[in-house]
Amino acid sequence: MISMRAEPRTLNPLAAVDAASKELLSLLHADLVHIHRPSQRTQAALARDWTVSADGLRYTLRLRRSLRFSDGAPLTADDVVFSFQALLDERTKAPARDLLRIQGRFPTIRKLDADTVELVLPAPYAPAERLFDSLAILPRHKLEATFREGKLLEAWNLTTAPASTAGAGPFRLKEYLPGQRIVLERNPYYWKRDGAGRALPYLDELVVLFMPDQEAEALRFRAGDIHLLSRVSARNFRSLQSGPGSPQRVMTDLGPGLEQHLLFFNLNDVEKRGLSGLRSKRVWMQDPRFRKAISQAIDRQALARLAYQGKATPIVHHVSPGNRLWHVAVGAAPVRNVAAAERELRAMGLVRKGEWLMDGNGSPVEFSIAVNAGNLEQQQMATLVQEDLRGLGIRVTVAPLEFRSLIDRVMRTLDYEAAMLALRDGDVDPTPQMPMLLSTGAMHFWRPGQAAAAFPWEAEIDRLMQAQNSTMDPARRRELYGRVQQLVATELPFIALVSPHTLVGAHRELGNLQPAVLAPHLLDGLDVIFWKNGNGRR
Amino acid sequence: MSRFLHRRLLLALAAWHCLLALAAWLSPQPPLRQYRDFPSAPPTPIHIQTADGRLSWPYVCALTPHPIDFGVYLEDCQQQFGLRLLTLRPDGQLALLQSEGPERFFLLGTDEFGRDIFSRMLAGGLLSVGTGLGATLVALALASVAGGVAGFYGGFADSALSRTAELLMAAPLLYLLLAVRAALPIQMDPVHAFWIAIAMVSLVGWTRPARLVRGVVLSARTRGYVLASRGFGAGPSHLLRRHILPEALPVLWTQAALLAPQFVLLEVTLGFLGLGLPEPSPSWGSMMASLRQYDTLTSRWWMWSPAVALTISLLLFSGYAQSLEEAAGEQEPTEGTQWDATYSEMEGVTKRQ
Repeated sequence: MISMRAEPRTLNPLAAVDAASKELLSLLHADLVHIHRPSQRTQAALARDWTVSADGLRYTLRLRRSLRFSDGAPLTADDVVFSFQALLDERTKAPARDLLRIQGRFPTIRKLDADTVELVLPAPYAPAERLFDSLAILPRHKLEATFREGKLLEAWNLTTAPASTAGAGPFRLKEYLPGQRIVLERNPYYWKRDGAGRALPYLDELVVLFMPDQEAEALRFRAGDIHLLSRVSARNFRSLQSGPGSPQRVMTDLGPGLEQHLLFFNLNDVEKRGLSGLRSKRVWMQDPRFRKAISQAIDRQALARLAYQGKATPIVHHVSPGNRLWHVAVGAAPVRNVAAAERELRAMGLVRKGEWLMDGNGSPVEFSIAVNAGNLEQQQMATLVQEDLRGLGIRVTVAPLEFRSLIDRVMRTLDYEAAMLALRDGDVDPTPQMPMLLSTGAMHFWRPGQAAAAFPWEAEIDRLMQAQNSTMDPARRRELYGRVQQLVATELPFIALVSPHTLVGAHRELGNLQPAVLAPHLLDGLDVIFWKNGNGRR
Repeated sequence: MSRFLHRRLLLALAAWHCLLALAAWLSPQPPLRQYRDFPSAPPTPIHIQTADGRLSWPYVCALTPHPIDFGVYLEDCQQQFGLRLLTLRPDGQLALLQSEGPERFFLLGTDEFGRDIFSRMLAGGLLSVGTGLGATLVALALASVAGGVAGFYGGFADSALSRTAELLMAAPLLYLLLAVRAALPIQMDPVHAFWIAIAMVSLVGWTRPARLVRGVVLSARTRGYVLASRGFGAGPSHLLRRHILPEALPVLWTQAALLAPQFVLLEVTLGFLGLGLPEPSPSWGSMMASLRQYDTLTSRWWMWSPAVALTISLLLFSGYAQSLEEAAGEQEPTEGTQWDATYSEMEGVTKRQ
């Protein structure tokens, strides 16, 4: 029995945008190439193997033999071609279509023979094989008619009878009770087998409960009603580890995850927008020495220890050590150094008069940090940063804001001084970070809506990111991305604070758990999980 | 009996507020100071017996954080620090209770930042109760003016003020406050935030007493002595000040006893939702926000302290309001005035509240 934070909104992989639907559908469908979560590398799934042409544009994928959907119908190259056509067809209006857009154009796919397909990319795209992950292969025999009518996105909604759906994932839908639970049963036609040749999955049935509240989820886990718990908060982790019933649970700390908390300043040229209050502060906010001083004055160890009870790791740039393939250590572990911070501030001409720090015009150096009111740990970190900076004579106000209002201020109205945000990476590869890192990117949060790079280091990051994306050599990519991490750590477009650990819990009697920092943490390996004490019931 | 109880409750209420007002200066620790090596520490045990069982002056033992378990502290009674009453803190403030040696004495434990809960509870009480009382004063002043003008002049002034009051009463209070808070600038220093909290609460709280004052004024303005005074040439402002508004005083007094706890609770609610005074200023509401965590709720009982203090405050206020009501009920009706009618109307409103 597992739980989800929300009810899924659809059973259609092409229409799914919310996390709950995606999580559920990952159990019902299969992809050609899959990212193995624990190792963070790609591995063959429905495709037996694949080859890439020398120019990096042509991917030839061979399917496994005698694949079947959960209704028993055979899965062939026609279904693969249909799935890609359906996704890429403009009439379908699939939200995931844009994931395949490479330099403004889309790949094309064709069938070579009954077991082989060829995908041609419009331009070299380094992490192309990772694109196949989570792209569900759909049954043509069930969906072709609705596709021809142009109504594919409306098919397979929550009222659809379980028997009219089919997928190639480890489980298939058995029953859906709105507001209560979803029951999945074992897919007898699933392609994967264990070492002894026994068909997977081991579990006969999987019950998914909906639990919107993290505290309620932890309570049900404590009571033994839920057997797997992904995303445990540090606070609950401690009490689940040692509280009543703890011998029944295995709690695992996977170390730093793929979430990074950042503090950043408003680096926009605000006089253009008429936000006069920010104009005088811009002089010091845009000075990298100021940001360096702030970074040196923050006690990241205290943030990790007090806000996350030690279940977080201090970081200096946006790639967490949890990203095992791409993280590059820059300098020594960050340690608070108030004397160095004070030197930087003095060099900028910011001097202390009495209790508070003053700028060249005699105005106090003070700013507010906007934080997400729904994130308790972030508010606690802001309070600790406030106290740390008081030591430098900087008065900081913490302003908890509703999340959408915070994003609106950062990305649209630009009416803020400093803010804290959490970046959550869906994958470890550098390329998905491009909308955030490129100076013209849609998620370039410290200076959104730029036409060109405003600082020399922004132009350098642009160049490095473009270069790594068009290089197929992994070692060269790593070197280029390492330089990006170095630039971020020294120029500080944002001040990276901590990366919380990924914490998971499971019933002691469950075997073959494969917890991973990559989402969905525990759910990805559900096809091999088994009950040690019994024969596969739920 | 009732009058006796009434006096006692008034005394208890005053004493409680004095304690809050004074104790903010008598806190054992500065309420904003973070002792980062002692997060979520339970109350420091006070010992009165030495190792060999003899009675001794109260002392505390040295505390060290457990090397692995978060929030667990080890006591080392080889090092003992006696408690001292009314001493000077290192920052020069007078402290009611302090331990000798290192400042590691937390009467009611610490929060997740290692801040002393007892000191924060007292300082937070001053802010929360201060906001409540301040807002009550402002709301009653607004209510006297609005109710007085509406009742005395009638006509357009009456309609305009009454409809405004009804509009505010119809709007859901909390959402109204959330909207007002969202419209304010995000950067605010604590002093401004305090006054804004008072303004916000009183802005939505003046309506009910204003209606009652209006009723009293409406009935008082046609009374004999008012008409006589008017006949002698008194102007409207003199009539209102000298003859009419004094009639409304008992109404205002009871309303104060009823509104103050409501407003304290409103401030606490705003703080609880993260919309009250900004960190690091303590307020009962913001201190109670961490009780939303199951773990804190069940395993850190000392985090309940502000809730206990709030309950005491509210019980004292409601007991006092009730005793006022009973006192009014015991009074003999005075013949020939409409005062009682107004009072019973007020009681009706009180009960509906």
